[in-house]
Amino acid sequence: MAEFFLPANSVVKQGKLFKATEGVKNIRRFIVYRYDPSSGENPSTDTYEVDMDTCGPMVLDALLKIKDEMDATLSLRRSCREGICGSCSMNIDGTNTLACTQAISDIRGEVKVYPLPHQPVVRDLVSDLTHFYAQYASVEPWMKTDSATPPDRERLQSREDREKLDGLYECILCACCSTSCPSYWWNADRYLGPAALLNAYRWIVDSRDEATGDRLDDLEDPFKLYRCHTIMNCTQVCPKGLNPAKAIAETKKLMVQRKI
Amino acid sequence: MSNSNHPTSPHLQIYRLPLTALLSITHRITGVILAFGCAILIWILTAAADSAAAYEQLAAHFGSWYGQIFLLGFVFSLYLHFCNGIRHLFWDVGYGFELETVDLTAKLAIMVALVMTIATWVVARMA
Repeated sequence: MAEFFLPANSVVKQGKLFKATEGVKNIRRFIVYRYDPSSGENPSTDTYEVDMDTCGPMVLDALLKIKDEMDATLSLRRSCREGICGSCSMNIDGTNTLACTQAISDIRGEVKVYPLPHQPVVRDLVSDLTHFYAQYASVEPWMKTDSATPPDRERLQSREDREKLDGLYECILCACCSTSCPSYWWNADRYLGPAALLNAYRWIVDSRDEATGDRLDDLEDPFKLYRCHTIMNCTQVCPKGLNPAKAIAETKKLMVQRKI
Repeated sequence: MSNSNHPTSPHLQIYRLPLTALLSITHRITGVILAFGCAILIWILTAAADSAAAYEQLAAHFGSWYGQIFLLGFVFSLYLHFCNGIRHLFWDVGYGFELETVDLTAKLAIMVALVMTIATWVVARMA
């Protein structure tokens, strides 16, 4: 059910201010969500005054600078720092994106950094994505076949059929889309969310997969698929420029088409 | 998902909803307004079918400031829900999902609804 307000243990309090050292001229304020599970206290937002003259251009650069030079207790996930691993997905300036590809200069005023919305927080900017991954696994994202594999070659695919996978296979499972979706916020227990559904469709349209009917049967459910109301937040935020909303619509179309 | 050990990260409190999302929730709200408005339309019809005096009495309410505000809101809700409904029809057949298109059609739906509301008001005033 929709819970529009945060539960009592999740209400965000005002945190500490980490001032820039004397003489620093080019300051940018970063307001960062903090939660320490061992403190027994509610989450808070700490403010960091970052010296932009010695900081890299991306939000991830600033967060790592904070961690290195101002406050070593700050926790976040990051790995590739070039938008391919999907680890540093978070809510920056009110929208979900990857910290490593979000330029600080594209944000006006204070830079607000929160974990991915409506997720259980493990610590600071690290949210628990166990459920998200389980949903991905539930669409059985691998090729399923009944026919025997050709003895002398791979399962071939026409150029046209291969092109149908463009815009689908590139998903990096950063969870920006699913956690931007209000439907997912209210119904994540039963609605699969844009990321899992995009990946489901990636296998549904694969000409080599032979379980299309089973896959559609599995999604034929008032919640799993049909909680998508075309709010479009998923497509608005995807850091890879994919279109989960379109993939979901195509799946809904196939549901109708196979009945007529 | 409720996990009592972990706090839930902020969502509505911090999310900057884009125009497309705002129009989506407005579509739902206008739908609710239309549902209630239809009941009131039936009320007007039954009053008109009852007697001239009953209708006159009701018409006085709709001529008052609060009645006018309701009618304006109802008419705008009707047109916005209608225009946005057309977007949904296109989406249902798989068209109009590109980001530029959804942003454009969102603005278009709002503008057309506004123009239609004003036009309806002008025509109604002239009648």
